[in-house]
Amino acid sequence: MNEVIEEKISTEYKYGFVTDIDADNAPKGLNEDIIRFISAKKNEPKWMLVYRLEAFRHWLTMDEPDWAHVSYQKPDFQDIIYYSAPKPKKVLKSLDEVDPELLKTFQKLGISILEQERLSGVESRVAMDVIVDSVSVKTTFKETLAEKGIIFCSFGEAIQEHPELVKKYMSSVVPYTDNFYAALNSAVFTDGSFCYIPKGVRCPMELSTYFRIEAAGTGQFERTLIIADEDSYVSYLEGCTAPMRDENQLHAAVVELVAHKNAQIKYSTVQNWYPGDKEGKGGIFNFVTKRGICIEENSKISWTQVETGSAITWKYPSVILKGDNSIGEFYSVAITNNYQQADTGTKMIHIGKNTKSTIISKGISAGFSNNSYRGLVRIAKGAENARNFSQCDSLLMGDKCGAHTFPYIEIKNNTAVVEHEATTSKIGEDQLFYCKQRGIDNEKAIGLIVNGYCKDVLSQLPMEFAVEAQKLLEVSLEGSVG
Amino acid sequence: MLSIKNLHASIDGKEILKGINLEIKVGEVHAIMGPNGSGKSTLAAVLAGRSEYDVTEGEIIYNGENLLELEAEDRAREGVFLAFQYPIEIPGVSNINFLKTAIGEIRAYKGLDPMKAKDFLMMLKEKQKLVEIDRALVSRSINEGFSGGEKKRNEIFQMAMLEPKLSILDETDSGLDIDALRIVANGVNKLKSKENATIIITHYQRLLDYIIPDFVHILHNGKIVKSGLKELALELEEKGYDFIKEEVEA
Ligand SMILES: Nc1ncnc2c1ncn2[C@@H]1O[C@H](COP(=O)(O)OP(=O)(O)O)[C@@H](O)[C@H]1O
Ligand SMILES: [Mg+2]
Repeated sequence: MNEVIEEKISTEYKYGFVTDIDADNAPKGLNEDIIRFISAKKNEPKWMLVYRLEAFRHWLTMDEPDWAHVSYQKPDFQDIIYYSAPKPKKVLKSLDEVDPELLKTFQKLGISILEQERLSGVESRVAMDVIVDSVSVKTTFKETLAEKGIIFCSFGEAIQEHPELVKKYMSSVVPYTDNFYAALNSAVFTDGSFCYIPKGVRCPMELSTYFRIEAAGTGQFERTLIIADEDSYVSYLEGCTAPMRDENQLHAAVVELVAHKNAQIKYSTVQNWYPGDKEGKGGIFNFVTKRGICIEENSKISWTQVETGSAITWKYPSVILKGDNSIGEFYSVAITNNYQQADTGTKMIHIGKNTKSTIISKGISAGFSNNSYRGLVRIAKGAENARNFSQCDSLLMGDKCGAHTFPYIEIKNNTAVVEHEATTSKIGEDQLFYCKQRGIDNEKAIGLIVNGYCKDVLSQLPMEFAVEAQKLLEVSLEGSVG
Repeated sequence: MLSIKNLHASIDGKEILKGINLEIKVGEVHAIMGPNGSGKSTLAAVLAGRSEYDVTEGEIIYNGENLLELEAEDRAREGVFLAFQYPIEIPGVSNINFLKTAIGEIRAYKGLDPMKAKDFLMMLKEKQKLVEIDRALVSRSINEGFSGGEKKRNEIFQMAMLEPKLSILDETDSGLDIDALRIVANGVNKLKSKENATIIITHYQRLLDYIIPDFVHILHNGKIVKSGLKELALELEEKGYDFIKEEVEA
């Protein structure tokens, strides 16, 4: 099949290429030419293009899913620009050379790179791979990491420099056949991050990527692949921000994690993309496929997410517990306000023996928003002594919002112990008054109470992120209670 | 410091306070006693600015200002403190963080710089000692899993930290054993000064053995029906509330 497609590619390439390869942007729309354009722009090897086209052809056969508890105007996939290059920038040696406009945006959001660098000294513990639009602008700290044999680079670079690793692992956790958005991403992804931690190496710093969406009407299709080889450890931070925008913007990322024997991956996200305005106009559509596999024994994958942004969130960071004694964790705070809709949760697939998973989900809904937890715990036949504990709490603010819980449990091995707890509560007038009586106003009081409510999740975040996340919760709920 | 004139207040259309008059000067301790349901907690809530209550008549002047025009948080920032009869729990929020936030807000309101972390910790230590509260309790989440007595003690600790001008203690003595009562009373006495005033709401005269009030008022059916010196509390203890009821109804 591959050969057939490859054949086709080489021939079609000659005649079919209608797009101006020197253009900064691809024209709107999606077809095989556009995919070739992206691939050519990125100077990709043929196998990559083959993969993209296979994914695209598969995508054409799929329907957009509608089982999630969200409703929205389906995006017109022909009305999206799938590639836009940033203005040419020279290679930057230090953060001083980063576009001041970009830095300003970071500062506004309270995540100034400069500050982070200064705070943590010259030998900053945070390595960042800043992605603006679709191409990596700057990768910091690469040399320090390289000394340990750690590869941390843009996905595009990984395709060029480490094709054997990319070929081996890409699509191994999330095949393009997995779902509609994953197939779309596989066809048109433009960049993302790649990370490989070699055997026995503990990554000495938090690896961090800040994603942004810049040019109007540009869909973002990021791809992240993290591989932790035997006995290694890595903590990865993903932060997302976007400036105000009126137009709905589609984001469909794919994140794949692979943990080998005794390896541990900690993946933390703070997501605060533009949620739309108070009337529910605009905002980001965030349809993400995140999945990790504990492929060998004693490995561990933890997802921690603080979701406050986006108009619509569709996201289920999952763990396949294949190796014996492997551990999967999911800690989540999802806040929805105004007209935001979130359908998020996790899947824990227990395959190996003595596998353990923990799910802590805190949903907070305010305004007219809808917040759903959707979680699957599957215990396969051979998964002797599997354990799961799930705790799903919902907090309602006001009476116009909704909270929903959809837990799915499939147990095929009767040695499994699966516990599920769920609570729904309202933020209490008594609690608010208690705070006010101590001189703390409504807004601050809500921040305090909500932060307290989410403590079990926030405490999982690395320090430098926890503070930012706390601020974010307060900002997200501004004006939510009169 | 505080002047309450003909205060009427209702909740859900039901009148609870029916014309309260009360004058409190700085340095004074006033005890308000009365049977269950007489409106003691309602008076405390109205003073603290709980919005569910409607003030239908009367006025409250606090340090020359119309208290009723201030939001609850601003009243607190102006030095009004209420030790709740039933302190609530706020899971996940540590007492320390809560107090740090409260002090920060109060200072910002007064145009003062934030307190230095070192100074805050010093103060924390000092007040802990003053009200004899366990350090472990202070670093836990607000009242979460506290016993009734621990909650009350925590209220007094917060009072010590916030250094209010007008403190209202709503049945702080109930649920305390005799040792705890002594400790709490001790704390209140130590915090008492010429610059502040205290309203002690209580059901029993027991607490007044430890905190000597300057005046005692008896609240009955939303009205102060009798005021006197500290001896009134003893008389009340002796004769019971029925005696007041009879006297009022006669
Ligand atoms: N939300 C409410 N709705 C109606 N009545 C109330 C409400 N809260 C309190 N009350 C009534 O107000 C009266 C006074 O209550 P309270 O001030 O708590 O009395 P005390 O503190 O003196 O025991 C009681 O009769 C009580 O039932
Ligand atoms: Mg009462």
